[in-house]
Amino acid sequence: MDELLGEFRAETEENLDRLDDELLRFEREPDNREILNKIFRLVHTIKGTCGFFGLERLSKLAHAAESRMARYREGETVSVAGVSLIFASLDRIKEILRGLESGVEPPGDDTALIASLLAQDDVAPKSTTVAPGPLESSPKDGAKADSSTQHTLSERPPVGELQSRARQFFNSSDAAAKPRAPVAPSAEAEPAPRSSETPAEKQDGTHGEAPETAPASGETAEPSSQDRKRDHAQSVRVQVETLEELMTTVSELVLTRNQLLDVARRTMETDLKQPLHRLSNVTSELQRGIMKARMLPVSKAWQGLPRLVRELSLTLDKSIKLVSEGGDAELDRQVLEFVRDPITHLIRNAADHGIESRERRRAKGKPEQAMIKLRAHTEGGHVVIEIADDGRGIDAESIRAKCLEKGLATEADLASMGVVDLQQFIFKPGFSTASKITDVSGRGVGLDVVRSDVELIGGTVELKSSGPQGTVFVMRIPLTLAITAALIVQSGDLKFALPQHSVREVVRAQEGSDYQIEMIDDAPQLRLRGRLVPVFDLAALLQQENGIGSSGEPVAETMTTVAVLELGSRVFGLRVDDVLRTEEIVVKPKASLLRSLTVFSGNTILGDGSVIMIIDPAALGSLAGLDELRLEIELAPEEPAGLAQEPEKTLPLLLFYAGSPARKAVPLSLVTRLEEIPVEQIETCDDGQLVRYRGGLMPVIFMDGVKRRTDGDLQPILVFGEEGQNVGLAIDEIIDVVEESLAMEIRSDTPGMIGTCLVHGQIVEVVDVSSYLTEGLGQRVMAKESGAKRSFKVLLVDDSQFFRNMLAPLLSANGYDVTLAASGHEALVLKEEGARFDLVISDLEMPDLDGIGLAEKVKADPDWADIPMIALSSHTSPRLVARSRAAGFSDYVGKFDRQRLIEAMQACCGEWEAAA
Amino acid sequence: MNKEVSDAIRRQAAEGYVTASLGDQLFGIPLTQVRDVFVPKGISRVPLAPPAIAGLLSLRGRVVTVIDLRARLGLSAAESDAPRVAIGIEREAELYGLIADRIGNVLRPRAESYEPNPINLQAKWLAVCSGVFRLDAGGVMVVLDVDSLLDAEKLKEAA
Repeated sequence: MDELLGEFRAETEENLDRLDDELLRFEREPDNREILNKIFRLVHTIKGTCGFFGLERLSKLAHAAESRMARYREGETVSVAGVSLIFASLDRIKEILRGLESGVEPPGDDTALIASLLAQDDVAPKSTTVAPGPLESSPKDGAKADSSTQHTLSERPPVGELQSRARQFFNSSDAAAKPRAPVAPSAEAEPAPRSSETPAEKQDGTHGEAPETAPASGETAEPSSQDRKRDHAQSVRVQVETLEELMTTVSELVLTRNQLLDVARRTMETDLKQPLHRLSNVTSELQRGIMKARMLPVSKAWQGLPRLVRELSLTLDKSIKLVSEGGDAELDRQVLEFVRDPITHLIRNAADHGIESRERRRAKGKPEQAMIKLRAHTEGGHVVIEIADDGRGIDAESIRAKCLEKGLATEADLASMGVVDLQQFIFKPGFSTASKITDVSGRGVGLDVVRSDVELIGGTVELKSSGPQGTVFVMRIPLTLAITAALIVQSGDLKFALPQHSVREVVRAQEGSDYQIEMIDDAPQLRLRGRLVPVFDLAALLQQENGIGSSGEPVAETMTTVAVLELGSRVFGLRVDDVLRTEEIVVKPKASLLRSLTVFSGNTILGDGSVIMIIDPAALGSLAGLDELRLEIELAPEEPAGLAQEPEKTLPLLLFYAGSPARKAVPLSLVTRLEEIPVEQIETCDDGQLVRYRGGLMPVIFMDGVKRRTDGDLQPILVFGEEGQNVGLAIDEIIDVVEESLAMEIRSDTPGMIGTCLVHGQIVEVVDVSSYLTEGLGQRVMAKESGAKRSFKVLLVDDSQFFRNMLAPLLSANGYDVTLAASGHEALVLKEEGARFDLVISDLEMPDLDGIGLAEKVKADPDWADIPMIALSSHTSPRLVARSRAAGFSDYVGKFDRQRLIEAMQACCGEWEAAA
Repeated sequence: MNKEVSDAIRRQAAEGYVTASLGDQLFGIPLTQVRDVFVPKGISRVPLAPPAIAGLLSLRGRVVTVIDLRARLGLSAAESDAPRVAIGIEREAELYGLIADRIGNVLRPRAESYEPNPINLQAKWLAVCSGVFRLDAGGVMVVLDVDSLLDAEKLKEAA
């Protein structure tokens, strides 16, 4: 019984949400019997089911509402007040339903409402006095109704969306055929009204050209109810709890997978690698599947908005229509809950503050009916929601005045600010440009709440533009919360997870490097491309006793790792001991005893089984006192283009999609050719996929998740390799080639990925080409290595794990025997131990002992003096080239210039062979 | 002592207590509330947390909040590095571990030997203890009230 009641509640609530929209339509199209019948049936169903459960209060109310609807069915004209009355009763029904959670009806008195519903006359004044937007068309004015319908209804999902929507319901379509059948309490009978919505939804899809098409709707209903039937067969209704449990289980699986990867990293059991790789893929796949099952169309979050706008229109006496599109973009249901409020807030704001009064709009020559546009689309791992109005825009002058009044900025500060900067003030706490507090959006609650709500789930909200023609806000919302990408950082003896969405970049600051820490009094500042960013010490903020901050060591003198965090327009640096890697972490809720520690948003279990806290960057910012600091930071001039920039540090990156929404990148210099190969030419054989290419056979590896195109189509393929030893990497789509520095150097745990970097402010995954190369060429390379010719022993010295990871396998694939050293000192240790190499490749820029220093030491040792050395550098100044030559390097190659490096190596080894 | 409490105690005593000791003092936790006993390994401290919270650890994929009973009761930290044990408790779908020096047997003391908290216990003890049993073998066992032990507010006050 309890279960039945719960199901009844859930379904009725869903039905009611949908009914809101139907009622709005009905009000505009009172002649449309179809809608009328549908609404009536839904109310009737509620009434009947309530009777079965013995829910008296609900039943009486539904009965009264039904009676009112019955009068309309008999031909009575529908008034605005009448619809409001029905709305009110539906609200009451919802309220009671919510109360039903406890199993019994909440107490309350509905007699007044019931009396109004049953009264012969409408209690409220007739609609003629108020004619807000959606109600503009008089009941008989069919043509007008048509146009307003078209706009207001376009927010309804298109027909194709029926399918995805349908899977949320397990309704039986044939119930539609017997809508007046006696209502049974069983789940099968209940959805009757819902299925009967089909014709109307069909109309929505075709932008509902009712009432003219009303006679035709009988025909349209036919195919779409078949659609329903098909959808019904293909979808199963699943309890949210079941989904949650599955999600938890998969999360455990992901954890275990990470654990295994961690073990594999340390022990390097080669036998395990293959199956582990597969397990890893399957786990990711499973995880994706579950995530997908949790997705709901974003339109769910704005279901109530047409009604809200209708009510705002009435209250404010403005004529507003709401247009929406892209409602089928999907979000995790948990995220969906979080975006509802911010969207509603922005819509209220737009209606109240943004949109002018009728008179003013007329005076300005704008159409009297204002428009609020809601648009959503998926972009990478985010859904982007745009909320636009065609109102008066945010007035820079009133912001200026308000800032002065509230003491948020000085006159001098403001004078130097552009309109865009000025408009950012609207997101500040306590800021509201409305001169008076209104019912609608006043209450002194500003957009700062919207911002903090959105940031809470790792999203962002921005004012995209605002002017006399209107205002556009843009929200970026992550698709899901449960699993998120995070940086694992070390602070003292503890590790923490820093959500990647708020990390702009990670820099190593050091004396003499591009990034320097400068002290103002005792406060460290990071000089970042001409801008000063305040740096806080994580260990100090968290009062860690053994953190670096407490050692008393002056910050500026040591090499420092700083994560630069960006929260809205606030930028600050966070000093940590080390950034270890990025990891897809499973977010677990905070232990309840730690709930008061706002600086942590949750915890997660790492691969090694340790539990670490997830830092909430916004709360950390507050802890650092950033709220007060904010202004100064924002007023700092944006980096002046010029001397501080090092254009030579950028390199061309190929951006592409492969298997996931995340953008992937690979340095273009590593790619031999870009090809599009007819997919039917890629043949499957025992060892994998092969394609005839340039007179030989080339193995083709499909990156994880990449779909093989249908025959006749061209598959984009990146070709890597040398001298006939090509490997093709099949991807989904090439996006672009951009010049960008690899600003972030963070390792990734995902097989086949080196790490992540930032390109144009967006995170992309850098593909570990060499892992695919070795996968494809492995056999042959090994054969070559074991061949008669001895392979050359190469020592690669680079302090950056990123470059070591990138270069080492590439060199191995070219037949070199590579030894790695992470610093000049490590290289010297190898020298002391008596190791011998045929070639040393060294980075020039390294802490402590740099490449030049290393070369001098190497050349001073008779044992090693004759080893040729190649310098690697990201800088190419003639002075540096000269210095490196003087120190003993025989060649000088820019980092990432694979071709040149291989040539230089061949030259060196040739020389060496000749000398030997 | 009113009869109701006495009944509850009687039932508890019949079901038994998992005993643990801190130094020489014996404590009892109602057996029905104990999920398991484990050796706490890999505890991660949580900065800014009340001192009684030793940290978090993972146990078969679940996060356990670890409470140091010594800190919770205002005792000095354990002198030796001897391995300590944790009593696992599940409460409102969350796991907790109460760290003690040693774990003892399950005791089922006679209900008649029960006495309410002696009034001269220090406040930190009074807040989390729900009476004592005089043991026939000599000594007393202090009953720990799990709900009070794990109460977030009380935990903060105890800091």
